[in-house]
Amino acid sequence: MSLSRNGRAIRRRLVQTVPVVILATFIVFALLKLVPGDVAVTLAGDNASEQRIAEIRALYGLDRPFLVQYLGWLGNAVQGDLSRSLLSSEAVRDSIARAFPNTLLLVVMALVLALVIGIPLGVIAASRRDGWLDRAFMAFASVGVAVPNFWLGMLLVSTFALRLNWFPATGAVPLSVDPGSALAHAFLPALALAAGGVAEVMRQLRASLVEILSSQHVRTLHAKGLSPAAILWRHGLKNVSVNLLTVIGLLFNRLLAATVVVEAVFAIPGMGGLVVNAALNRDFPVVQGVVLVMVLVVVAVNLLTDILYSTFDPRVR
Amino acid sequence: MSAPAPAALPPSLPRLVLNWLRQDKRGALGLGFLLLLALISVLAPWIAPYSPTEQDFSAIFAPPSADHWLGADDLGRDTLSRLIDGGRASLYASFLAVGISALIGVPVGLIAGYLGGWVDEMISRVIDSFLSFPAIVLAIAVTGALGIGLTNGMIAVGIVFAPQLARLVRARTLVVRNELYVDSVRCFGAPTPQILWRHVLPNTIQPVIVQITLLLAAALLAEASLSFLGLGIQPPDASWGSMLARAYQNMEIAPEQMYPPGIMILLTALAFNLLGESLREALDPTMKGH
Repeated sequence: MSLSRNGRAIRRRLVQTVPVVILATFIVFALLKLVPGDVAVTLAGDNASEQRIAEIRALYGLDRPFLVQYLGWLGNAVQGDLSRSLLSSEAVRDSIARAFPNTLLLVVMALVLALVIGIPLGVIAASRRDGWLDRAFMAFASVGVAVPNFWLGMLLVSTFALRLNWFPATGAVPLSVDPGSALAHAFLPALALAAGGVAEVMRQLRASLVEILSSQHVRTLHAKGLSPAAILWRHGLKNVSVNLLTVIGLLFNRLLAATVVVEAVFAIPGMGGLVVNAALNRDFPVVQGVVLVMVLVVVAVNLLTDILYSTFDPRVR
Repeated sequence: MSAPAPAALPPSLPRLVLNWLRQDKRGALGLGFLLLLALISVLAPWIAPYSPTEQDFSAIFAPPSADHWLGADDLGRDTLSRLIDGGRASLYASFLAVGISALIGVPVGLIAGYLGGWVDEMISRVIDSFLSFPAIVLAIAVTGALGIGLTNGMIAVGIVFAPQLARLVRARTLVVRNELYVDSVRCFGAPTPQILWRHVLPNTIQPVIVQITLLLAAALLAEASLSFLGLGIQPPDASWGSMLARAYQNMEIAPEQMYPPGIMILLTALAFNLLGESLREALDPTMKGH
């Protein structure tokens, strides 16, 4: 019974996702409409030959109606053809396939760091509510939210890579080639990325723990003589772990955004470098390809966390 | 000075503000810092020791001294003067971006929440899909399309932030539109734009003010990111983000150059956030005690 209801909730969620994905692809394609002037002429760049302009016109089918252009582009994208770079004429799909693993490693590592650092700090803050540790941790969280990730990255590079030589300063190594070196390369950028995430996890965890610990139910357990540690562990954290899922979904989106700038600091050949270079040179197929892949990843992760949420949380089920 | 008001009347706005600032030191601290920054930005031409673009080749990478309080950069330009000038650009950029997102987001949210039905359904799906994009990545793409530069970059950030405001305003409007006073003006035949502007908007404004303050911090960080990447402000003009980009290029020769702009971005974003959180507690009574 409950399983079928859960199945229905999941199906409803899947159905809701469809229009979001379609609209997202439309937004990605419509970016082209923001290019001022004659799109083909602008994208071809200065001193472009007539032939080059004609090529770009044909690439997007710019002489056809907008909706036809969009459907043509979407049809290709669905088949995995994201067109070719206007600069290097490499297939956009190949560039993304090479860059994405580097970005994913950073984001996942930052997520893990945010949870590993943020959860204990949040629990300590909540269990010593309004004490000096709580205040200090919350002040730390305020700074974590406001600090520019890429500046933190610069501080980390100059201290731990250039001065102390503990970590490599720049670059990335694929996880499949040398896992140890890959993690060493990813550690500092992931740490720089994680600052805001640590703060977010701490705040959310503290807020929901404080709410649960001050509830009637927990007060009764206190009166029954259960130790505070047991209450925190068995009744606080168990309830809170579900809320953390939502935070993870949210964080993933933020980390994917912040990584773009952090990658620049550490010269990591990821999605960030790809999209920034493409935007600087108006290499539009690459811009659209990267943005499309990123938004699809975010939608998929949000869908996954929502499904897990509805599976684990009895209230939703 | 006006005559003292009878006790039964609600306290005047200045008094309310004073009370709020007295009770919440975070708000006072954030607002004070931001006002000081605004004052420095306005007075920049008169108080900056040098022109922000004046190059002095004898001062390249000069360490902090009596002549150059914060040292000088790779072209011998005075860091303090550039910091003051860059603050102007950064603040202008933040307000421009958030202004644009309010201009788009508030009307869209009002219309979706007030009209309801399929209009609301459609607008809500569009908002959902915009919010699925990692913000900076979409802003980079929009800047790439419009053409690089500070104003285009901030238009992009404004477009990307607008759905957040739209969602907030929509949610508030859904509540307000069913209130008795809105029903009654509707019965008197007031036109919809007038109902929205005069009766619904004022009652959604408090959370919007809070969100705008928090978005200013996010816009400041977005400007710094875009300018750091070379998509925002263009040389010889400076913003805090572009100063960090230069400091990054010279990190091995003059690492101290990255501290002033980084610290200013951190403090300013912190001030906007403190102000926003303090406003949230002051304006929303249910938040008291959190």
